[in-house]
Amino acid sequence: MILVYINTLNGIGKSSYEAVTYAKKMGDSVVVLTNGNEEESNLSSLGDYGAEKVMIHREITSFESGQICDLISKVAEQHGINTIVFSHDHVSKAVAPMLSTRLSAGLVPGAISLPDSNGHIDVNVFSGKAIAKVSINSDKKIISLLPNSIPLEKNETTCVVEDLSLDLCEAKIKLLSKKELEGDIPLPEAELVVSAGRGLKGPENWGMVEDLAKTMGAATACSRPVSDIGWRPHHEHVGQTGIAIRPNLYIAAGISGAIQHLAGVNGSKVIVVINTDPEAPFFKAADYGIIGDAFEVLPKLNESMKKFMAQNN
Amino acid sequence: MKILVCISKSPDTTSKISFSDQNTKFDESGVQYIVNPYDEWYALVRALEIKESVGGSVTIITVGTQADDPIIRKALAIGADNAVRVDAQPSDAFYTAKQLSEYAKENAYDLILLGKETINYNGSQVGGMMAQLLDMPFISVASKLEVNGDSLTLESEVPGGIEVYEVLTPCVVSCAKGMAEQRIPNMRGIMAARTKPLSVVSPVDCQNLTSVVSYELPNEKSECKMIDPDNMDQLVDLLHGEAKVI
Ligand SMILES: Cc1cc2nc3c(=O)[nH]c(=O)nc-3n(C[C@H](O)[C@H](O)[C@H](O)COP(=O)(O)OP(=O)(O)OC[C@H]3O[C@@H](n4cnc5c(N)ncnc54)[C@H](O)[C@@H]3O)c2cc1C
Ligand SMILES: Nc1ncnc2c1ncn2[C@@H]1O[C@H](COP(=O)(O)O)[C@@H](O)[C@H]1O
Repeated sequence: MILVYINTLNGIGKSSYEAVTYAKKMGDSVVVLTNGNEEESNLSSLGDYGAEKVMIHREITSFESGQICDLISKVAEQHGINTIVFSHDHVSKAVAPMLSTRLSAGLVPGAISLPDSNGHIDVNVFSGKAIAKVSINSDKKIISLLPNSIPLEKNETTCVVEDLSLDLCEAKIKLLSKKELEGDIPLPEAELVVSAGRGLKGPENWGMVEDLAKTMGAATACSRPVSDIGWRPHHEHVGQTGIAIRPNLYIAAGISGAIQHLAGVNGSKVIVVINTDPEAPFFKAADYGIIGDAFEVLPKLNESMKKFMAQNN
Repeated sequence: MKILVCISKSPDTTSKISFSDQNTKFDESGVQYIVNPYDEWYALVRALEIKESVGGSVTIITVGTQADDPIIRKALAIGADNAVRVDAQPSDAFYTAKQLSEYAKENAYDLILLGKETINYNGSQVGGMMAQLLDMPFISVASKLEVNGDSLTLESEVPGGIEVYEVLTPCVVSCAKGMAEQRIPNMRGIMAARTKPLSVVSPVDCQNLTSVVSYELPNEKSECKMIDPDNMDQLVDLLHGEAKVI
């Protein structure tokens, strides 16, 4: 039996279904563990991807790494579980290493492949410039799957939802408040991303980026200087010092393509670059390039996208 | 406040990444190392700011070999009081966390700061492992940290917002952007760093939990296809028909 822990405090995202798909493809039965107050009908949707059971602990309603670690480790012990799968998100980044230490289970953070016939798992290293094959030396194993790394696969399974009651260690981290940010699609999960850089000259020009993103149902991102000077919020900053994403499509307008920027986006399946400068380094990493002024190209692309969407939806 | 900052090295981002010994070893020839940016810009600088406002000390620690001493001196030049090097090749995150924790345990720190991840292995593992080994609370990817006596207020970016937490020291915090502004060492700092204490300690026995078997370079990108800026219909067609991403 494989245990998948998912965070449902912000709803059940695509990356959760990916984690269940991944576990199912490992070939064993899959049970899911979560916490919070997600509704039963939503939780049972995990059965569509192969989960037989979802266990939910309704008392932990905030991100408390210590308690979540305690929860997973107690459930794993009760069920004699040797393999635990996470989606590589902010919760797993805190909890999986704690759990790894507690269970003496080797951890592969940010896995991008299933274990091969030798049990080796691929991860991106050197900011996406290389791939390492990692072996886990312990009997117990923890794998944290990078979002957008494997295609979702349906596997209709009857799924029961079970409320867990389990005494947990005391909470040491107190949540004082939460500031909500707007922004519809979480960037790490987005399949389509429209991004722009200093070439857009000022925050007042982001309307055309947002329009295109809206037409496509894409998330928006930006280069570091743009978030540093406050044109765009920090959480949009991608790259070596921001977040790393691997959408199916990354459209970059007015971004030069510095190596530190590429580090965060070179896992994208397809890259489109719009830049006035034919020498911009980004063209070397691009699949499709447009030498042109973003101020003209983005609205035109938006029009073409609209036409396409109207025909195909 | 007695603060320990864990520092790791990482290859300068412009380094060419290649491998030797049948792709089992990172080829270090010609690679310039820097202090991992998260450790330097955020963890270390915030530690110094805290010391400047409430007093205390800032010790930096790294698990590494003598070849890493220049990195340590650089961090000392930015302002840490003293440095410790656990004399070992860090072979996996657990091994590293174990070495760091053993030292931390003996010296009773109020606060242990790390970077959110190393940019070579991008694992975000060491902090959580240390917290568990030391039985301390762990706040990851914090973008703000304020000290009020023996309690800390922290902010962390989560999907959909920013969460504000309160936690008592001692604890372990991994630091991300927003925590502090980068500091450039000045001449005085660089001079002073030469004589600041750097103690070298021996590693404790510890087994790796994971190992890297081999490395690969990603497939070369095929040639970039250029599209006429006046023909965005063609781009959309290609994205749909050829690339199949929309
Ligand atoms: C240690 C370190 C870490 C870093 N981390 C990151 C990171 O995580 N993410 C990141 O993004 N950067 C990072 N950087 C910064 C990075 O090196 C670049 O400086 C940055 O990515 C450049 O941003 P940009 O492309 O938006 O701006 P610029 O380099 O100024 O490029 C603007 C581009 O827009 C083009 N342009 C101008 N006008 C137009 C127009 N009208 N239409 C179309 N194109 C136009 C120009 O030709 C140019 O190519 C880091 C740097 C360092 C040293
Ligand atoms: N060899 C090391 N010595 C000291 N600290 C380290 C070492 N490796 C990693 N760290 C710390 O752990 C953080 C997270 O690293 P990682 O888990 O490798 O992503 C880094 O930002 C450093 O603060």
